[in-house]
Amino acid sequence: MISGWCRRFLVAGLLWAASPAGISAAETPRRVVSMNVCTDQMAMLLADKGQLYSVSYLAADASTSALADDAKRYVLNHGLAEEIFLMKPDLVIAGTYTTRTTVDLLKRLGFVVEEFAPEVSIAEVRTNLRRMGKILGRQQRADALVAAMDAEIARLQAMNLSEVELALYYANGFTFGSGTLVADIVGIAGLENLAERLGISGTGKLSLEALVLARPDLIAVDASPDRGPALARQTFDHPAFRAISAGHRSVQLDSRYTICGGPFTLIAAGILQQAAMTLGGVKPDMGKR
Amino acid sequence: MTETARYRLLIAVLAMVVALLFVLSLTVGPAEVAPLQGLSALFADDDSLIGLVMREIRLPRAILGLMIGATLGLSGAALQGYLRNPLAEPGLIGVSASASLGAVIAIYTGLSALMPLALPLMALAGALCAVLVVRLMAGADARPLSVILAGVAVSTFAGAMTSLALNLSPNPFAAMEIMFWMLGSLTDRSMIHVWLAAPFMVFGWLMLASLGRALDALTLGHETAASMGVDMRRVQRLAVIGTAASVGAATAVAGAIGFVGLIVPHLLRPLVGARPSRLLLASALGGATLLLAADILVRVVAPGRDLKLGVLTAVVGAPFFLVLVLRARRQMA
Repeated sequence: MISGWCRRFLVAGLLWAASPAGISAAETPRRVVSMNVCTDQMAMLLADKGQLYSVSYLAADASTSALADDAKRYVLNHGLAEEIFLMKPDLVIAGTYTTRTTVDLLKRLGFVVEEFAPEVSIAEVRTNLRRMGKILGRQQRADALVAAMDAEIARLQAMNLSEVELALYYANGFTFGSGTLVADIVGIAGLENLAERLGISGTGKLSLEALVLARPDLIAVDASPDRGPALARQTFDHPAFRAISAGHRSVQLDSRYTICGGPFTLIAAGILQQAAMTLGGVKPDMGKR
Repeated sequence: MTETARYRLLIAVLAMVVALLFVLSLTVGPAEVAPLQGLSALFADDDSLIGLVMREIRLPRAILGLMIGATLGLSGAALQGYLRNPLAEPGLIGVSASASLGAVIAIYTGLSALMPLALPLMALAGALCAVLVVRLMAGADARPLSVILAGVAVSTFAGAMTSLALNLSPNPFAAMEIMFWMLGSLTDRSMIHVWLAAPFMVFGWLMLASLGRALDALTLGHETAASMGVDMRRVQRLAVIGTAASVGAATAVAGAIGFVGLIVPHLLRPLVGARPSRLLLASALGGATLLLAADILVRVVAPGRDLKLGVLTAVVGAPFFLVLVLRARRQMA
């Protein structure tokens, strides 16, 4: 009979033998696996041809990922340690909040794991893009993307909007206040965020009553029907919500642009700005009562 | 004071408390609306924002609180009398959980979006199955233990199936909504929900209320009741369908709220004398009192947190249940 520690030693030995030989941080990784929908998208944007091997299944889900079509070109993983192990990557990229047990296990097995925290501002998107570029040995591509983003931000900020107050009203009454990526996007679009006026920081609850009484000029919702029915969507059918969102006052803002930070996040800012400008024509006769 | 006079006084007091809590419920909410301004906006015929909040958000919430509370109190009293079991209650015998399952299937398959009536009907069907299974398992003598054991099996099964249905839904929010279906809430319900559920609840109330005389006779035992001319098959039909219709509709719009039907009849039984027929109306009013109070408390204690109603009723109800079990054990010893 083999004692417990001995067996563990043997297993570790076997695993070590199976793991890729040339793990060295200095070299450019050749076989990269990403396990988080946000790192997936950054890696897809930056990686060289053939460098990225696998992304998470969420990256191919059009309701969470802005690059769902691109993701179909890669092998999809589910963030399971066994699965990642058999892919023999020389670099694993993960988020700091998801698949924690897998990350710990992979590190113990000697894999190089790079972790990325979710971005809470456009500034952090820039930082993370550059860091990802460095890790993948694609600094030039990263710099180009950041420059394109900055140009787009400048274009958005140059638009002169009359004062429009926006309420972000997501399923179950969630809204985004100061210190969130979405709030940053609202600012770039040149709109006022109701949540910030109400003193909500981070992700918070906005009650339907408070929303009705605040009567924002514009309400951004994600009411896309392709996710299947749920109570969360019933809020959008509530007579009180319908009364205040009638006409041009609500705008569909797909979550896939705002869940993760990236150049595509600015598409969300563009959508909001466009809706606010459409509003301009009808604004005078809908003053706050 | 005669027993009848005392009963009438009790009903009058309970009715007044319900009316008071109903008005109080209208004045409590996350939005800061001055109570008098809100109440006058309720009746004003303009389309002000405060009027919108009062009419479309707070009024349906108060109406549903009252009606669902009454449903749970009444059905608890009726079930306890019918099964001659002090622990019978829609939550404990799995009726609420099964109604939740029916409602969940209706909503998350998209059926209720095609046909709104599918929601209360499916919940009713779920509730009906639960009552029938428990009735069947309990046997003719309806021993307390077998009723409760059957109830545990039914509610565990229905709860698991509800979780399964929600986990299988492609909508990422569905899984979070398990909480709503297991614990119940009246947050942001609308008049649509009131119109959907109220007819079924009232229909169920009428059936349960007509049981009064039969329940009185049943206190003397099955055979005696039958010899007194009580049609046991009719009683069974009324109790089963009445409970399923009212509790099913209540659960379809507010989720499963436990313990109300257990606590209220027990608290009121000593006050009405041991007459199940009198307990029915008193329990309906008592249930409305308890649920309106609980719904006001969830908004006052933790505003903005969307505390679930079932949490509050369980905080009061679970210790109460334990006391009942202890008392029953002492009686058996």
